[in-house]
Amino acid sequence: MSARAAARRPGLNRYRFLRIFWRVVLLLVVAIGSVIFILPFVWMVSTSFKATDEVLRFPPIWIPASLRFENYIEPWARLPFSTYYKNTITVVALNLVGTLLSSSLVAFGFARLRFRGRNILFLILLSTMMLPSQVTLVPTYYLFAKLGWVNSLRPLIIPVFFGSAFNIFLLRQFAMTVPLELDDAAKIDGCGYLATYWRIVMPLMRPALGVIAIFQFTNDWNDFFSALIYLNSPKNFTIALGLRTLQSTILYVPMQQVMAMTLITMIPVLAVFLIAQRKFIQGIVITGVKG
Amino acid sequence: MSMVAQTRTYRGMTATTREKVDGYLFILPWILGFLIFTIGPMIASLYFSFTDYSLLEASKWVGLDNYTKLFTNDPKFGISLSVTFRYALVSVPLGLVLALLVAMLLNQKVPGIRFYRTAFYLPSLLGGVALTLIWMWIFSPAYGLLNSFLRLFGVEGPLWFQSQVWALPGLIIMSLWGVGARMIIFLAGLQNIPDHLYEAAEMDGAGTTRRFWHVTIPMLTPTIFFNLIMGVIGSLQTFAQAFIATSGGPNNATLFYALYLYQNAFQYFEMGYASALAWILFAVILVLTLVVIRSSPMWVFYEGTLRK
Repeated sequence: MSARAAARRPGLNRYRFLRIFWRVVLLLVVAIGSVIFILPFVWMVSTSFKATDEVLRFPPIWIPASLRFENYIEPWARLPFSTYYKNTITVVALNLVGTLLSSSLVAFGFARLRFRGRNILFLILLSTMMLPSQVTLVPTYYLFAKLGWVNSLRPLIIPVFFGSAFNIFLLRQFAMTVPLELDDAAKIDGCGYLATYWRIVMPLMRPALGVIAIFQFTNDWNDFFSALIYLNSPKNFTIALGLRTLQSTILYVPMQQVMAMTLITMIPVLAVFLIAQRKFIQGIVITGVKG
Repeated sequence: MSMVAQTRTYRGMTATTREKVDGYLFILPWILGFLIFTIGPMIASLYFSFTDYSLLEASKWVGLDNYTKLFTNDPKFGISLSVTFRYALVSVPLGLVLALLVAMLLNQKVPGIRFYRTAFYLPSLLGGVALTLIWMWIFSPAYGLLNSFLRLFGVEGPLWFQSQVWALPGLIIMSLWGVGARMIIFLAGLQNIPDHLYEAAEMDGAGTTRRFWHVTIPMLTPTIFFNLIMGVIGSLQTFAQAFIATSGGPNNATLFYALYLYQNAFQYFEMGYASALAWILFAVILVLTLVVIRSSPMWVFYEGTLRK
């Protein structure tokens, strides 16, 4: 509309002025909004380097007089944070292998092979995504208790090796876009289905595999509930659980140390995101568009 | 090729039989997982919901007692349901509107856009524990960032998580910080709207407002639909935030349903009762999801279909 108006009345007119005005407003809103969203992070980092008297001060200060790295070292020495880290990395690494293998196998089956009941089974798979985990909570706990797996990392790892509905769905949608002619060609070359899956389809699914790897990584890294119910002794704690013990009143950990440890535990997730940012967005485009 | 397919056999099987057998083998991991971790536990949990069961002793059949107690003799059930509904009713729509607003802003050509997108998205990567710890400090009544800010204007802020009135609003504000996950889905949806629709609307003389209501919103309804369902299901299962920030208090003001269920199962060891609670939750989620899905033909617009 304004373009047509500008054509009719050349020069700096009211419409062009309005256009520039709104762009400036837009830029300001975006800038202020993102500052508000970043502020809690800045507040956390700033607090994590403060001395106690600087934490308890009004008006708050943003830049502490000196950077107190003790806030990081002390709680790290006091609580077995390196053990928490090790446990979390174990869970995350094994779950990555588990979900990539099992979900892609199942997705390949659903996308490329014809067998009776395939569509109904796939529908069942989709509907399980709506089931709240609380429904299966008690019996699952009972099962792991009977197996003697409570207070070990196994309940956090083993179920992942059976594939997750969301990941299977995502990979199946992606596998459907790989041309079937490739399978036929592989068959003529004497490949069985397993070889076709591994040599032809898997390499082509790499973008989608990257996406579910990132999702799985963030979910497992942040997972609190399973850790809370299955892990009892600190030597088995994951990071999410270890972090929570910081606010226990018996321990009394000062705020600057809580913030320091919080920051330390989120660095891997933030780093993975910043490195793989493009893949991440791409994955959301694949998953989000389905509606 | 068909000759090959018919004559080539594998352990005596024809090609089609082999495809069938291999098909089941490929999906076997999921079938096993489904039996062991979904359908088996579902049946067991339905059974437990009719029993008195503490994990230590054998379960005792009590018929409908758990369900009767829920509806007639447990005020906390009603409280937790009401807390959860109030949270969902405010945080889901507010989150959707905010996510859409931010997505539309970030869909413009603005210098430094990648930085801004990252800024809005980053918080949604945090887990419940880290997120809650940061906000407990922001909401800290005496020295927290928020009340310090309010004090600049001479306003003494509330006690937030220690206040019966402000604890739930506090958790809602906290949830809005994680709006980036939904925002990025909206952004993907916005970028899928073809330019020619906007151009056509402009030709017809539609201004910005009309283009928004008649092009953007209809084309975005599938994304809104997706975000709405995920938002409802997620908010009804809120747990970590309340568990860490308030433990359900003060005076049950933030006793979320999932938290009350957890308390029954793992603090009071009322596993049968917790299972009954879980089935009620499932029923609620099912009904709400069905309502959204059933209503969708009236407001969700899929490209290539026309509303009658």
